[in-house]
Amino acid sequence: MSEFFAMGGYALYVWGSYGVAFALLALEVILLAHRSRNARRTP
Amino acid sequence: MSTDSLKWLWYASPQTFYPLAGILARGCAVAAAVLAVIGLYIGFFVAPTDAQQGEAYRIIFIHVPAAWMSMFLYVVMAFWAAIGLAFNTRLSGMMATALAPTGALFTFVALWTGALWGKPTWGTWWVWDARLTSELILLFLYLGFMALQAAIDEPRRADRAGAVLAIVGVINIPIIYYSVEWWNTLHQGASVSLKSAPSMAATMFAGMIVMAAAFWMYSIAVTLVRVRCIILERE
Amino acid sequence: MKPRHKRMAAIALGVVALGVVASLVLVAFNRNIVFFFTPSQVAANEAPQGRTFRIGGLVAPGSVKRDGVDVNFVVTDTAKAIPVLYRGQLPDLFREGKGVVAQGELGADGVFRAREVLAKHDENYMPPEAAYAVERAQKTIQTK
Repeated sequence: MSEFFAMGGYALYVWGSYGVAFALLALEVILLAHRSRNARRTP
Repeated sequence: MSTDSLKWLWYASPQTFYPLAGILARGCAVAAAVLAVIGLYIGFFVAPTDAQQGEAYRIIFIHVPAAWMSMFLYVVMAFWAAIGLAFNTRLSGMMATALAPTGALFTFVALWTGALWGKPTWGTWWVWDARLTSELILLFLYLGFMALQAAIDEPRRADRAGAVLAIVGVINIPIIYYSVEWWNTLHQGASVSLKSAPSMAATMFAGMIVMAAAFWMYSIAVTLVRVRCIILERE
Repeated sequence: MKPRHKRMAAIALGVVALGVVASLVLVAFNRNIVFFFTPSQVAANEAPQGRTFRIGGLVAPGSVKRDGVDVNFVVTDTAKAIPVLYRGQLPDLFREGKGVVAQGELGADGVFRAREVLAKHDENYMPPEAAYAVERAQKTIQTK
């Protein structure tokens, strides 16, 4: 298991890529949910 | 045929498009989540280690699909912008506006993952070669489009001004795509193209394609929700 | 000036400004577009003189010699070759027979003194067993 997370010594690069990418996608979804709620509340 | 095309015209009106977009967005969001789980499973547990790069190559499953989306979304955005400019349809401009933030996001992800991939393999985070530079220009095009639209208060005028920028910027897309063939670059050539069989193991290719499909679904869902917001905000 | 004309003027101005920016980018691009020169181009004096540039090619098999932190190797494009001297950390993918891009200056003695060495890998991805099989197949072809 820890071998999997070590990514053959490239853990920083591999998880840094996936982590930031999915964090940004999640952020976009959250911001959009906010905007959507505001848009519906004030017609 | 004629009734069919009439039906499409009917959907081109924001009011009728609104509920349809809601249903479509929900379906695509679910598909995106399922495909992402499958894609990540293939990428991390099925695809073998690469002979040259070891585990570092696994960044490919996010880097390449993100780079594809960054270019594809720009073309779609410019297409809608052009339609809006030519036929003066309200929904087209809204589509272009809704696509820009997601396109910019995928461009940034492609650049970010590329830097994190370049450091351990090439030995550098960044070089000013043709592929990397033209992808950076793509990010600026997206940001410029968004800034320009934000700077103009009247939506229809903002749409028209943005459309001109979007259409001019399309020239950058073939430059990005063919940069690795036209010039000497540090970036390697394409592993996957329409002309030849992919130069990678089948399971690696499968992981990349499934992740690309997930990003497609994600982009459609997010864009449709954003179009709904824009319809509500403008009308 | 009517508002309509004013708007047209603004759009025209925007398009002109965009064109200027685009052409500037293209000019700057064109000057730096050649990311590296091959040994054949250097031999034909196509590389810039008197300033740093990059050379690219394959690391000639058997040419890598390490002397402490100094590394000597030969960059070849199979037609011409340039000896390179480098001091420092090499990237993980620096291998004999694989692609490399080095930035530095070409000395009067014909030795390229590199300040930065980058590995240029190819677009092929395969598991180690497959790579081993390919290598073995190539060796059998060569010995025949």
